Amino acid sequence: MFDVVVIGGGHAGTEAAAAAARRGAHTALLSFDRHGLGAMSCNPAIGGLGKGHIVREVDAFDGLIGRAADQGAIHYRMLNRSKGTAVQGPRVQADRRRYAGAIQAMLAAQANLTIVEGEAEALVLEGDRVAGVQLADGSVLACRAVVLATGTFLGGRLFRGEERHLGGRINERAATLMAQQLRALGLPMARMKTGTPPRLDGRTIDWARLDEQPSDSDPWTMSPMTASRPLPQIACAITRTTQETHAIIAAAFHRSPLFTGAIEANGPRYCPSIEDKIKRFSDRDSHQIFLEPEGLDDPLVYPNGLSTSLPTDVQEAMIASMPGLERAVITLPGYAVEYDHIDPRALDARLALGALPGVFCAGQINGTTGYEEAAGQGLIAGLNAAAHARDLAPVILDRASSYLGVMIDDLVLQGVTEPYRMLTARAEYRLSLRADNAESRLGGIAEAAGCLSPERLAHRARRLEQRATLRDRLATVRTASDLARSGAAIAQDGARRTAYEWLRFDGVTLAHVAPEAAEGLDPAVVAETLEDARYAPYVERQAEEVARLRADEQILLPVSLDYAAIPGLSQEMIDRLSLARPATLAAASRIRGITPAALSAVLLHARKMAA
Amino acid sequence: MADTIFAVSSGQPPAAIAVIRVSGPGAFAIVERIAGGLPEPRRASLRRLRDEGGATLDSGLVLCFPGPATATGEDLVELHCHGGRAVVAAVEAALATHPGVRRAEPGEFTRRALTHGRIDLAEAEGLADLLEAQTERQRRAAIGAVEGRVSQALRGWMDRTATLSAAIEAMLDFAEEDDVPLDAAALERIRNEMDALGRTMLEAVDRPPVDRLHDGIRVVLAGPPNSGKSTLLNLLTERDAAIVSPIAGTTRDRIEATVLRGGIAYVLTDTAGLAEDTDDVIEAIGVTRAQEAMAQADILLWLADTPPPREDALWLHSRADLPGRGALPDGRALAVRRDDGGSIAALWEVLAARAAALLPREDALGFKRHQQDQCRKATLALLSAPRADALLMAEELRLARQALAALLGISATETMLDALFGRFCLGK
Repeated sequence: MFDVVVIGGGHAGTEAAAAAARRGAHTALLSFDRHGLGAMSCNPAIGGLGKGHIVREVDAFDGLIGRAADQGAIHYRMLNRSKGTAVQGPRVQADRRRYAGAIQAMLAAQANLTIVEGEAEALVLEGDRVAGVQLADGSVLACRAVVLATGTFLGGRLFRGEERHLGGRINERAATLMAQQLRALGLPMARMKTGTPPRLDGRTIDWARLDEQPSDSDPWTMSPMTASRPLPQIACAITRTTQETHAIIAAAFHRSPLFTGAIEANGPRYCPSIEDKIKRFSDRDSHQIFLEPEGLDDPLVYPNGLSTSLPTDVQEAMIASMPGLERAVITLPGYAVEYDHIDPRALDARLALGALPGVFCAGQINGTTGYEEAAGQGLIAGLNAAAHARDLAPVILDRASSYLGVMIDDLVLQGVTEPYRMLTARAEYRLSLRADNAESRLGGIAEAAGCLSPERLAHRARRLEQRATLRDRLATVRTASDLARSGAAIAQDGARRTAYEWLRFDGVTLAHVAPEAAEGLDPAVVAETLEDARYAPYVERQAEEVARLRADEQILLPVSLDYAAIPGLSQEMIDRLSLARPATLAAASRIRGITPAALSAVLLHARKMAA
Repeated sequence: MADTIFAVSSGQPPAAIAVIRVSGPGAFAIVERIAGGLPEPRRASLRRLRDEGGATLDSGLVLCFPGPATATGEDLVELHCHGGRAVVAAVEAALATHPGVRRAEPGEFTRRALTHGRIDLAEAEGLADLLEAQTERQRRAAIGAVEGRVSQALRGWMDRTATLSAAIEAMLDFAEEDDVPLDAAALERIRNEMDALGRTMLEAVDRPPVDRLHDGIRVVLAGPPNSGKSTLLNLLTERDAAIVSPIAGTTRDRIEATVLRGGIAYVLTDTAGLAEDTDDVIEAIGVTRAQEAMAQADILLWLADTPPPREDALWLHSRADLPGRGALPDGRALAVRRDDGGSIAALWEVLAARAAALLPREDALGFKRHQQDQCRKATLALLSAPRADALLMAEELRLARQALAALLGISATETMLDALFGRFCLGK
């Protein structure tokens, strides 16, 4: 008898299994093939804007993705380096084989975790709760909770020009039976589309003709637990589409399953296929294409920006029309995938299915895209599946705490109309949700959830102590003339402020207010504190907003609320509220299209019910 | 399912005709039974209206409007009956006998229109005002809101804010994309547009709110006991609103009277005389309340012989008809005499001029006070954003979006994301 069975060994599944096991749950990870665990099925990169934030947040819970990214990283790049740290996004190119190897090694070393090879065929139900997972060979894994992390394998269909295949990734099987069962259970489901570009043989690319993008020289890492970068760093290159490329693609529109109507599901607006980009933005004469190496000892190159489902012959002509790629050989043509996903509004903030106690869902099955989004959901689903099985406290994050909280709130309240990708623009409290303060924001919650290793706990204690020391040192009061003497260009208003308060002024640095304060402290702690000081006035203003939000979160709405019975709500509102079942008035207010008038009707009705 | 509601929509009977509106999922079914069959949509048709027992109630015009393209967004029926009280009561009673059909709560038709997305919040408020409009100017201001002029302005500002937001967010979230201009000049351009938008909004919003059109201009008469305040009130209202007597302290409490004049509503308040020291407890309370009224006055009429407590007060020389008070002393705006209607007309002219400055111009957008407050919040955010810091500019734009979205009842983030993906070729 397992506490938790996780179905699926991608980024959501591996993270969920590890998280459940870290919380002490006796966990099984079920996958077709143990050597496929932790595979990066699309681009060989981890992190980015919004996504890098999630990696750091998962890492603050001692998750896998950040440390594995460092083990596989062959190129580091801090995006938005010239802008505020709140929108800086750490991103790495990772060696595909070494990344998966790192994930597999961490899973093998994880206590309480068993890896089971096999195909999940069906959920075993006892009444309306889950009791286990039945495999294709007829055996059953009995358990108290299941995490579904099946990615694009649920009812997956591949499209390339006129070709069609069943499967979630090329040359792999699809989990068709499971999809049928979930549909039969009456869960709200829909289809989504994603795509991937052709892979190139790097030995046939004329690198000398292309602009290079070197790896960052400063030695930052994805996880603070990584002492230093273990692999040598290599450069990426940039090429561009040409007028000829655009002409080739436009001439083949009628052969793209996207335009012929063969694919009906929605794809993401922010990660469009190249044919979509050419069609929608016909005024642009060129698009940038990043050539990303897939590994140190792997000749494969991923041309980022060329996702397509055009037929192979068109892909070949299109590649040959770009500078540096004239002779490039395609080793695997690009394709589009259409797959089933659950309407995530059927889930609660723990990522648990309301209709089927004990079942949790994470990753693409919830309509999201991206390794990081998947890993983040895997973490939360795993922690809460363990909680469900072992009667522990749930881990629920709100929008003010983290990108994880923003993502889950968006998913379970709004649902998805296109594959959901994290953007920093989605986070209202972006100024306080920085990639560099994830540990400070979430360390306490992670520690309380009991999912941190002794090494991480020691690291956290050291950090907390250093932060306190620095804040202490910055509490000294300095006058405007003190600052002027140390060379700061500020107005001589005779003000007396603490060093910390002075740091919010433009041009005031640590050297002006407390030159010795950083002595003996971790540079990351110092940088984080300086950033806190700089944005303090804005963060304080947002804190008032957060206080209001949390007050409204106290007004609970009964689960049994019959929205159809509330006079004055439109059918659209009734549908949205019934699907999302908001737990609180604040959650209801965030659902799209719910007006203040509708909200007061909901509140009045709920009060009448309670009376 | 929602109830089906009905109400007389044409004003209280008796009248020549009465229009009874029925709205909701059961509207057609009920009217079919009462009118013996439904006419073609949107065509007036003469029908005999009968109760459940088949007795004739009235004969009248029946109009059917299938939802959702109706005023409420639901199936809607209008019954044009004869406007006698008994007829209307009988038709209403016949409607109410059907299950799931009931008399509408006040404002419920508007609320349904709002919840079905037929109108937005600003329009709904305008409609409520229109229904209550007493004066022609109120009506015009309310029409402005119903026709969506206010909403149109708010939506236009929201669009511009969302577009600016999208431009910044594209720089922040898609820095790697070649479609996103990243130079300082682009940032400067956006910042300048924030300023321009902020100033446009401020100019439109920084005007007297429409609330005074509805609530009336508060005119307060104050002065020491026996200075002729109540007499003046009666002259202004042309009726005996206040008891007038030569005994000082006759008015113990505030007396209010509403006067419609020149299309403007005034609330005139007579106050207890401001006795310096009084032993009378009731009079003392009256004095306190008089002082409160003076503080809240839009126009203060000051009738004492000592200078007024507020600089903007209108200092009147009252009781000019009494012996020895014929000449106008220094500092007084006007003399008023009980025996000279011309002096009262002159005072009204001054009041009308003052009132005009306190009311929105007729062609101006009529914002309500809370709309002004939200717009000012948005304006402050737009104008106070630091320069050359994309992140903080984005934060201020977010606040502006949020303030405007609260008025329009739409999601601020979605509007911005739509603008973002519509305009830029993003994503790899």
